[in-house]
Amino acid sequence: MSAVTFDDQLASAATGPEGELLDTVRARRAQRRGSRVKPMRVLLHSFLVLMAVGWLIPIGTAIYNSFRDYQTDTQPNGPFAPPEMLTLDNYRAAWDVGEMSKTFGNTAFIVIPALFLTLLLAAIVAYVCTRYSWKFNIVFLVLFTAGNLMPQQVLFQPLFQFFKYMPWPDFISDTNTGNLLGTKVAVILIHVAFQIGFCTFVLSNFMKTIPKEISEAAAVDGAGVWRGFFQVILPLTRPALAALGTLEFTWLYNDFFWGAVMLNQGDERPITSSIAILNGQYGSDFNLVAAASTLIALPTLIVYLALQKQFISGLTLGASKG
Amino acid sequence: MEATAASSVKPRRGARRRRSSTLTGRDRMWLWLMVGIPAFLHIALVWLPASLTVVLSFAEWDNLAPVSEISATGFRNYWIIFTIFETDLFGALFNNLVLVVWLTVCSAIGMLFAYLLDKNIRGTAIYQSIYYFPVVLSLAVVGFIWKSTMFSRDRGLLNAVWPGEPVDFVGDSTKLFSFDLPFLDPALGLSKNFAALLVAMAWRHIGYIMVMYLAGLKAVDASLREAAQIDGCNEWQSFRQVVFPSLRPINVIVVVITVIEALRAYDIIAALNEPRGTDVMGTLVTKSLLGEGSGRVGFGSAYGVVMLLLCLGFIIWYVANHYRESEL
Repeated sequence: MSAVTFDDQLASAATGPEGELLDTVRARRAQRRGSRVKPMRVLLHSFLVLMAVGWLIPIGTAIYNSFRDYQTDTQPNGPFAPPEMLTLDNYRAAWDVGEMSKTFGNTAFIVIPALFLTLLLAAIVAYVCTRYSWKFNIVFLVLFTAGNLMPQQVLFQPLFQFFKYMPWPDFISDTNTGNLLGTKVAVILIHVAFQIGFCTFVLSNFMKTIPKEISEAAAVDGAGVWRGFFQVILPLTRPALAALGTLEFTWLYNDFFWGAVMLNQGDERPITSSIAILNGQYGSDFNLVAAASTLIALPTLIVYLALQKQFISGLTLGASKG
Repeated sequence: MEATAASSVKPRRGARRRRSSTLTGRDRMWLWLMVGIPAFLHIALVWLPASLTVVLSFAEWDNLAPVSEISATGFRNYWIIFTIFETDLFGALFNNLVLVVWLTVCSAIGMLFAYLLDKNIRGTAIYQSIYYFPVVLSLAVVGFIWKSTMFSRDRGLLNAVWPGEPVDFVGDSTKLFSFDLPFLDPALGLSKNFAALLVAMAWRHIGYIMVMYLAGLKAVDASLREAAQIDGCNEWQSFRQVVFPSLRPINVIVVVITVIEALRAYDIIAALNEPRGTDVMGTLVTKSLLGEGSGRVGFGSAYGVVMLLLCLGFIIWYVANHYRESEL
């Protein structure tokens, strides 16, 4: 990936009058390098390979040993030994004791609406703030950006009380307390409120690069505020939304804190937050822990492997100033 | 193309008046709602609670009692956490400080990785994917993975590289090093289990920072480096004088990510059920707010405010940096 861009930059640098000079310099340097730099490259590659192996060891051994029995195999023979027998028992046990069919369901119930709402609302705010100049847009963007960096622990107690006094019909959640406290809806609301900050920041950076004339032309043709959003800007924002959606999916899926403190009872916890319970009860069977970790990590790893480009550009979108 | 903030004020005013005159009243109402509803949600669920925590830190309240029983106590909560719970507080602050230093080192390593991978080498995409993949895992899951094969006394792989007696890297809270302070009884120090968590966190943090810098390095003007090399800079000089300064926007973001991550660390510790010796501000706040002990809301909030104050400086610095030259 970097190779392509580097070449692109070389190509663009080589156009223009000073390009020819640069070309000769570069050619001369390449000649010199050809004889000298090779040992450095070998060193570099061995370092990188060594590091890569080190990076893969924790997850590699975890996955490998999740297919072995701890008591009879890993403990006496060691984590790298050839297996006496490969088994799926750890996975079955982890699935059952972690009540994963339920906790995965809880995660889906929280992540999907939260993701959709966050992206939609953030896109709307970014649209208004970048397309229509008005007094408060910078205030909002500053507020949103700063809010996203707030330590979550600081918000938690007032939110807890706040949800306790928010009436909420019981038939939507299964807490039977008549309020929002301990419901998944409360966690969705927190996620949306919190993540809007980062998403608005990123999307407004992106939308700034869309020429204003496009919106103005649409307005001249009689498109109102909403049509200008849904039919003009939103389609153009699709790449940023895809990247951001991928990133936000893993963040929401990976949320541990809110699921753990807001869904205290444990019954409604999403999968990531249920780790604490699992660890408390079955933490000494290390291969069961490995199987459970693998299961929990699997969705994000699949998303990463399938959508790596989106993922990385999502991260770096937030970093660029647009 | 980009006007500076100062010069763009006047023409923008005019533009606004012109454009808003083309907006119908209904459109304007929609615009207010489109920003108003998300903003309300954000302020009500982020900024309001944060301010209320500050208020609660000056109050005494058993959170099972009705709100009307909150009573003001001035700075008593702060006085108590700094004099009676001072071992908790300073222990946690010390761990957070260690984290800040450690993650800063990791960020530097991440930058090094990015720099090496940016050298147009073969297989760079594979290396990147490998270093990067831990970033998609929750720190809670990272802790869990490391617990399964790295930390245990019997078969943990960390013990393979640990020189001394085998150590249970989850439970062992004996200190690697410590130093005495005159006003603090148990000496401050880095416990073995916290050090092990640091290694696990590095596994995730380095890849994260690497990706940020890779993006930044691609944006560095190649002709600048050429010029530096033609002027006879060696590798280090051209990095120090040319590449690093032009990475400034990324540097700002990385500093903020690193410090904020270090200050609000919670997941990996809580996922392992908060072993002794690994307390940080995040777990301290949560513990005193979730615990049954009555009247702890005040203490928990006071801890929270300490944490907030530590973060606030960096948040302001970052936001100011981003929006100073930004034209909107």
